[in-house]
Amino acid sequence: MGYTITEKILMAHTDLKDIAPGQLINARVDIALGNDITAPIAIREFRAAGGKKVFDREKIALVLDHFTPNKDISSAQQCKAVREFAVEHGVVHFYEGGQVGVEHALLPEKGIVLPGDLVIGADSHTCTYGALGAFATGVGSTDLAAAMLEGELWFKVPASIKFIVFGKRQKWVSGKDLILHIIGRIGVDGALYQAMEFTGETISALPMADRLSMANMAIEAGAKNGIFPPDEITAEYVKPRAKRPYKFYASDPDAVYADVIEIDAAKLEPQVAFPHLPSNVRGISDVGRVRIDQSLIGSCTNGRIEDLRVAAGILKNRKAAAHVRLIVVPATPLIYRQALEEGLLDIFMEAQAIISPPSCGACLGGHLGILADGERAVATTNRNFVGRMGHPRSEVYLASPAVAAASAVLGRLGSPEEL
Amino acid sequence: MIFKGKVWKFGDNIDTDAIIPARYLNTSDPAELAKHCMEDADPAFMSKMKPGDIIVGGENFGCGSSREHAPIAIKAAGVPCVVAKSFARIFYRNSFNMGLPIFESKELADAVGEGGEIEIDGAKGLITVSGSDRTFAISPIPPFMEKLIADGGLMKHLTRK
Repeated sequence: MGYTITEKILMAHTDLKDIAPGQLINARVDIALGNDITAPIAIREFRAAGGKKVFDREKIALVLDHFTPNKDISSAQQCKAVREFAVEHGVVHFYEGGQVGVEHALLPEKGIVLPGDLVIGADSHTCTYGALGAFATGVGSTDLAAAMLEGELWFKVPASIKFIVFGKRQKWVSGKDLILHIIGRIGVDGALYQAMEFTGETISALPMADRLSMANMAIEAGAKNGIFPPDEITAEYVKPRAKRPYKFYASDPDAVYADVIEIDAAKLEPQVAFPHLPSNVRGISDVGRVRIDQSLIGSCTNGRIEDLRVAAGILKNRKAAAHVRLIVVPATPLIYRQALEEGLLDIFMEAQAIISPPSCGACLGGHLGILADGERAVATTNRNFVGRMGHPRSEVYLASPAVAAASAVLGRLGSPEEL
Repeated sequence: MIFKGKVWKFGDNIDTDAIIPARYLNTSDPAELAKHCMEDADPAFMSKMKPGDIIVGGENFGCGSSREHAPIAIKAAGVPCVVAKSFARIFYRNSFNMGLPIFESKELADAVGEGGEIEIDGAKGLITVSGSDRTFAISPIPPFMEKLIADGGLMKHLTRK
């Protein structure tokens, strides 16, 4: 009986000769990630357990991205505590200030996470790195503390669901639309405790930016991880970035799956997730008339240069509607600079957008774009829970950069086809 | 491990943004976080509840963000344990790792009303609704997880090892 790619990567990080879904294992960690919200608790736990030295200063990433630039005294204190820890332990992958980007855009971009890795992060969207063919999963702060101390952590081996996506995508249908459709189909706990493995001809042809968007939202279906079989597209992305060896794993032909779900991508139109669950998905032709107050283009889901190019293509020679605050958040300093050099920032400014520094702030209702009572936002982010981006009576509609850009111009939810 | 307390009920998919909104995540102080426990699910929760009361949720309790601030806020509010039909996986591991007992029962949530009282016997794996003879089996916990709770969480478990 064969193994899935998820099982193979987990097994390769143990001394076990066999592995099966449901089994509790201890596995070695290649990269352990924390941010300015989750790392302070991990550091407290690390010290309380008598931790004197991290297991490997090259295998820890601390990224102060959530409330950057520091939004208030308390958040500045949290960053200070993490900075002091990073300096004390000589943590190599420490990012803040002008070097910081949204962690799940930054780590792949810098080649810090690689195919075949086992990555844990005290941030639920750590599953993003599955796009590279890594096993990556979100954990809590105590898990991060344990991993920083021991270099290994306990896991329950997940069963896998295989998604076979076929058919040619229509013009405005991106990876974001595929994953929104999948979450709408299986629900926010449709893959609870399980791995989501994305395969099929549409996936093989899917650019890395779209794969990262899809893997990013595996958690919104309750999954432990999302994973893509690494291929030429992976190799092309990773080769110029990697500074250490990496390995491509593939599922065996006789690997066992808990479920196999087929999706005809050709039948899909752009998707929008209505409040207040990422599974509350409709096609763009069924959205009705929803007036919006804000359009947010950015985040670990859709703040990459490819996303900004799509948005700029739609916003060129157009302006955001007068009542809409359009906020563009390049996810990393490199993406910001690329957007500058390619003239995208000019297009955004002509469209009367606010260009934010790289930050998670607006997506999680931290700062840099909070919603008031009754306000509505279309956002390229990953969550639309009650109060996610501000007031508990505000609303978030999740969509692709194309739909968010078009909606900003229209002043209501809509498709680029309407412009 | 026996818990007896009054029940506060919540529905399906209670996410960690509802348990502890991100606007309060500029601190990790348990007492501060406890002040806002469950605020976006029920703004009056902290003014109504008393330490020892138990939270009973539906499916996928604790979905969303990995913030350990969520189980920390619940524990610091004085809630000794949570029962739900199912738990989201990061919330599940966080709870065991930090020593907040959680119990899965598909049936209990539909059998007890808000303000009702339940008694949980962790050792026997049974939940009883007070004033009735109705009992419900708790989904079994792997021995490793029992050990984590008994040791007081993951870090204490590691230092004991």
